[in-house]
Amino acid sequence: MTRNKSRWINISFQFAAILLALLFTTIILLFSGAPPLQAYANIINGSIGSLKKFSDVLVAWVPLLLTTTGLLVTFTAGLWNIGIEGQITLGAIFTTGLLRLFQDSGLPPGLILILAMLAGMLGGALWASLAGALKTFGGVNEIFGGLGLNFVATALTLWLIFGPWKRPGIGSMSGTEPFPNHLWLPMISGTRLSIWAVIIGIIALAVIYIVLRGSYFGLRLKAVGKNIRSSFLIGIPTSRYMMSAFILCGALAGLAGAVQVTAVYHRLIPSISSGYGYLGLLVAMLINYKALLVIPVSLFFAALNIGSIQLPIILKLDSTLSGVLQGALVLFFLMMDGVRQRVLRKAER
Amino acid sequence: MTTDSILLGLAGVLAAAAPIIFAAIGETLAERSGVINLSVNGTILLAAMGGFAVAVTIDNLLLGCLAGMLVGALVALVVAFSSITLRQSQVAVGFVLALMCRDLAYFLGNPYMGLSGPRIPSWPIPVLSEIPILGPLLFRQDILTYLSYVLIIVAWLWIFKTRPGLILQGVGERPAAAFVRGANVNRTRYLYTILGGALVGLAGPTYSLSVKAGWKGTISGLDGIGWIALAITIFGGWNPIRVAFGAYLFALLQWLGLVLQPSLPGIPSQVLQVAPFPLMILALLIVNIGNTEWVERVLATLPESARKLIARLLRSLRASPPASLGVPFEQE
Repeated sequence: MTRNKSRWINISFQFAAILLALLFTTIILLFSGAPPLQAYANIINGSIGSLKKFSDVLVAWVPLLLTTTGLLVTFTAGLWNIGIEGQITLGAIFTTGLLRLFQDSGLPPGLILILAMLAGMLGGALWASLAGALKTFGGVNEIFGGLGLNFVATALTLWLIFGPWKRPGIGSMSGTEPFPNHLWLPMISGTRLSIWAVIIGIIALAVIYIVLRGSYFGLRLKAVGKNIRSSFLIGIPTSRYMMSAFILCGALAGLAGAVQVTAVYHRLIPSISSGYGYLGLLVAMLINYKALLVIPVSLFFAALNIGSIQLPIILKLDSTLSGVLQGALVLFFLMMDGVRQRVLRKAER
Repeated sequence: MTTDSILLGLAGVLAAAAPIIFAAIGETLAERSGVINLSVNGTILLAAMGGFAVAVTIDNLLLGCLAGMLVGALVALVVAFSSITLRQSQVAVGFVLALMCRDLAYFLGNPYMGLSGPRIPSWPIPVLSEIPILGPLLFRQDILTYLSYVLIIVAWLWIFKTRPGLILQGVGERPAAAFVRGANVNRTRYLYTILGGALVGLAGPTYSLSVKAGWKGTISGLDGIGWIALAITIFGGWNPIRVAFGAYLFALLQWLGLVLQPSLPGIPSQVLQVAPFPLMILALLIVNIGNTEWVERVLATLPESARKLIARLLRSLRASPPASLGVPFEQE
């Protein structure tokens, strides 16, 4: 079979997966008595209906870009870093802590912000190394270790917001006291978007792309992910490589948390990770771990998230509709990929 | 605290453990056959919502429970079809379903939020419920809790004492050998994944119609419980009795957390609420650490007597998964 032909077969199966996901979501909408076309129109309008709305999509895109990029590393090593939600949260906590510590120090704001980003990366990396250590030295599957640590991270955030870092007076779910303007990443006027955040996200993806594609480390990491036992036998220190993957991914997740604090919320809030870790896992699965597809697909997922925000107000629908559509897309992509392989196997016989 | 209130509390622990027992034993059956159904957390939420919606709409508790089981079986069918027939990663499919079913539950459950619905009544068993201590503890529960007792014993007998159970074990441990001896590996896997899924689904209505009656969307307090059930399956070493022990231990600790909270003012409530999760990690660490290589290396350096003692301790705690868990089987 020619390469070209198999590519077209691929694309048609992927197209079928998109149609099935839309069909599924439409059935769900009809089932709940909602007008599907109006709901989709709302999502489109809410995400790219105006420049302001699209800038909001980009605001959501940066942390998703960062987490998906980080997950490329752990997936390459064959690891399911489900603990990434907690790693974002710890990044946000460390960033908030550093900003609190230095906000009255008189240091130049630019320097404080750089330190805050580094603190975020450190926080995420530390939390990831916990999941990594449980996996490599304790035999605890990273899925369960990571999940447990996610819940702990959320509790830690709540405790900080209602305890030591509570607002003057009484702590509330609205989060800690907002930081002064000069400690915000500068935003493009009229939007909530910081061009610095976008630059950080794209640099991170470029760096990881080069590390995974063009370095000795990336090559050996791939070997660990493909077959851990033979990697160990040919002398790759597999535990160390897995730990490195966790720490790299955690640092990027922590950076996402730092961006959430310095560029989006300007304070610590209870749900600071906003689910971008789990969403990043879906994106990584959907693109079949291909680095170049991170940008468009994470942008699309961010658009779905932002576009569905107004559903409760306009159509009285729950905004989790975006999650249903995102999940359906990934599920049908996986299933259609299986169907394609099955059909090709049959054809070869 | 009086003896009566302690008894009442402990009876509550047995009831609170029932949904976890359904879910963890359901998962045990699926994993014994070699299929990980990672969707449990989403399945429980969707089944809780669906069971509640059906029970409210047509005012029938039995159909509510059956609806929950149907939801669980359908989600499990998707896992089985994607992993066995289409050979996709069980972890990937299960994880996507865990997230998607959760969102589906919140989306579809929106109109049912906060409605007051029917609740499964408690049903004291005549004579037995009059036994001192054991009566109020065990036999003044609702039918689902009784069902959870029965399930523990039946599942254990089924897996370890019957011929189909033997085939189930073989399919999960050495599918090729089971196949040679005439077992239909993939059909067995489908069967137990769907059966296990139905039991996981039953956990949903057990919450929404009994233990935590009602549907309250994101604040139902059910999110996370499915992951705990998955961890308890591992902690229980894929043995229904040990799994049930894990579920009771978990429910007991949760109750103790609630009871002790007023007397521990120094500990913020957020800490006690998530206490199950570090405990889950610790429990997994205890049953898994004996499997790691460095422990063996350290043990080898210890003097003979200490080594034997520690090795025996680790072995008794250790839990090893079915050898072919997550590995697809090529039948042709």
